[in-house]
Amino acid sequence: MSDATINSTVQQPEAGFGDYVALLKPRVMSLVVFTAAVGLLAAPVAVHPFIAFCAILFIAIGAGASGALNMWWDADIDRVMKRTARRPVPAGKVTADEALSLGVALSVMSVMMLWLATNWVAAAILAFTIFFYAVIYTMWLKRWTPQNIVIGGAAGAFPPMIGWAVATGGVSIESVLMFALIFMWTPPHFWALALFMNSDYENAGVPMLTVTHGKRVTRNHVFFYTLLLAVLAVGAGFTAIGGPIYLTVAVVLNALFVLGAWRIWRRDESQAEGDKYAVEKKFFRLSLLYLFAHFGAILAEAALRPWGLGGW
Amino acid sequence: MSFREEHELHGRRKGRNIGVGLTLAAFICIVFGLTVVKVTRGDFEPPRGQQVEGN
Repeated sequence: MSDATINSTVQQPEAGFGDYVALLKPRVMSLVVFTAAVGLLAAPVAVHPFIAFCAILFIAIGAGASGALNMWWDADIDRVMKRTARRPVPAGKVTADEALSLGVALSVMSVMMLWLATNWVAAAILAFTIFFYAVIYTMWLKRWTPQNIVIGGAAGAFPPMIGWAVATGGVSIESVLMFALIFMWTPPHFWALALFMNSDYENAGVPMLTVTHGKRVTRNHVFFYTLLLAVLAVGAGFTAIGGPIYLTVAVVLNALFVLGAWRIWRRDESQAEGDKYAVEKKFFRLSLLYLFAHFGAILAEAALRPWGLGGW
Repeated sequence: MSFREEHELHGRRKGRNIGVGLTLAAFICIVFGLTVVKVTRGDFEPPRGQQVEGN
């Protein structure tokens, strides 16, 4: 083996299977699996368990495919940001071309298989979701406008709608409400993250609200969007997806969430730097629990319905 | 005859091959399972009217 071969091996290490799995953003996939499953199980039409399993699997693969396309396009900025520098492409484990190929292949496969396994409406929404995340959000909005995550949040909000469409073959007010819940949750969740990861976005030149308008404006936005979210989330408790369990969860969590947002709003930078953004980090962690608990409550209402206990 | 010690790279390549193999096997099982479920539920049977016309 020559020196040149040794060097080339060091510069371009061969990827392991786990590196390709990492391209699919498994943590994001877990959220997609959960919300899609809730959408599917909350629907009033029963789905064969094996078809339900396959549908959720294909939705998760579709979401993963859009993650791979995101990593292909964003390799340059991922390299600059601390939070993303260890992703497979910037780390040099997988080439950008491989990420593109995997993303396109899995996108086509997941949409076709979902269509064959369920129906064209679910497949069409999945195809649109992949397109929205990879093209509208990643290629266009992310580097162009501070409203990137507000509009781009729609991509993460579609999975429960797809799950609902798998069962019913259509779109209805209930699935739109679940979409709205995630859509309105996304801005405060990501802006809280941006408040304590601001230097990352600034270095990469991503026009997050914290970079373009400063942290004061971002704090105002977190509070304002949290109030809107709370109205929507509690209001949904009186609709077909709600019930006593959901309403209890929603009232408690939204009270805590609004309180957290208010604490973020009344602080200034010197206070935040003083405790290393403890309040913002706590709010961010709460936001994860918030979403899981709301969808868990929707699932509980649906699960209890056969015994006449769920819903109103 | 002695074999050279396996390089770390070969181990990683082997792991990748096994991973791809298992993924493909799982995909075949899923397609087979879907076919069984759809056939037993009668998803592929033509509507009754068409059957009569065909006969």
